[in-house]
Amino acid sequence: MKNKSLISISDYSKDDILRILELAAGFEANPNQPLMRDKVVASLFFEPSTRTRLSFETAMNRLGARVIGFSDASSSSTTKGESLKDTIKMVSNYADLIVMRHPLEGSARYASEQSRVPVINAGDGANQHPTQTLLDLYSIQKTQGTLENLSIVMVGDLKYGRTVHSLLMALSHFNPTFFFVAPKEMSMPREYKRFLQEKGIPFYEQFEMGNIDKADILYMTRVQKERFSDPIEYERVKNTYVLKNAMLNNTKENLRVLHPLPRVNEINYDVDANPKAYYFQQAENGVYTRMGIIAAIMGLK
Amino acid sequence: MAKQKQLQVSAIENGTVIDHIPAASLFDVITILGLDKIPNQTTFGANLDSQKFGKKAIIKVADKFFERDEINKISLVAPHAKLNIIKDYEVIEKRDVTIPDEIIGIARCFNPKCITNSEAIVTRFKVEDKVELALKCHYCEKITSRDELQML
Repeated sequence: MKNKSLISISDYSKDDILRILELAAGFEANPNQPLMRDKVVASLFFEPSTRTRLSFETAMNRLGARVIGFSDASSSSTTKGESLKDTIKMVSNYADLIVMRHPLEGSARYASEQSRVPVINAGDGANQHPTQTLLDLYSIQKTQGTLENLSIVMVGDLKYGRTVHSLLMALSHFNPTFFFVAPKEMSMPREYKRFLQEKGIPFYEQFEMGNIDKADILYMTRVQKERFSDPIEYERVKNTYVLKNAMLNNTKENLRVLHPLPRVNEINYDVDANPKAYYFQQAENGVYTRMGIIAAIMGLK
Repeated sequence: MAKQKQLQVSAIENGTVIDHIPAASLFDVITILGLDKIPNQTTFGANLDSQKFGKKAIIKVADKFFERDEINKISLVAPHAKLNIIKDYEVIEKRDVTIPDEIIGIARCFNPKCITNSEAIVTRFKVEDKVELALKCHYCEKITSRDELQML
């Protein structure tokens, strides 16, 4: 992992993933470890993403690094017409590590090929967001004590949601059983179902929420209105995929509800006080996970 | 006189004849192989009758012999193309084209949000399915299929 960019979750093997989770646990136990005191990290956000940026910058600061960069493209030289290649060539002469968020898909892979220093992908359009996947895995492991043999229910936009796709790929190392709950327009794409079939991983598809009593993890995502070609269809299905507190009554004791956030209305506010709601702690886990990723790539641990 | 004229179009002394090109793909093949930029004598026929395709195209390039990697690039647009290698007016070898495992620099990624469509980047695809044709972009990881395929 040392000096290697992290662009896609498939860049990491099962062992790599477990190593990051181990490091994350260490940082959670002891969050202030200034291992990067003499290092400069570039935080290049070509599109705004407050949550991801603050999480990364908190991780960098807790590691003692100095942070340079910008939080949206209008304050970068992109507005003057500079290419991504030139920006990366320049910044990689200044910093020891680049964290990049960019609206175009494939931009992170390209940046890693142009950069002299490792690049961490903090989201490239609808393509990949591997640090989200790793923090999801950390949250799952932390709440379940293991990643092996779990029943995972994924709800919402399973067609366009990159977080569910990457999580599915990563969990495929750990013998899971999947339940996909989505409207027809947003069902899990064929390529991912084929991938699961090839690996012999069982999955079930359903159009309605029910049957969550066997679940260990309930992974909620947003059903976005703009994804529907027919607005009437959206109105018809939108409430089908909303989690309410009462629905958690007969679920397993160890069940935890995860959501990459921001939520809109897919998790009712009455769920927040339920001990099974875990999405805010999940966000906190992001800081420790990102500290682990940075430390592994910089070869500090 | 008339006979000589026809001879010039139909036969070459040394070189390569590329046959069974789908009529619609003729100019793509010319571009991919860079035949519009070479000094060699080149003739081509478009919309010729073909039992296999209905209409086909054919290209004859004098004194040019293609490397296998080079000619395989046309497999995306002319998968059934046949090469006849000519020496002294005789066909000395016949060759098929095969789809390579990786396609570099000739096809466009169909994803409008792919970085390769907004910066000067050499495109790269992994061929995931050679029969149905599925090209996975090295950058955005999206699949470009035969229907969506466009040459650069």
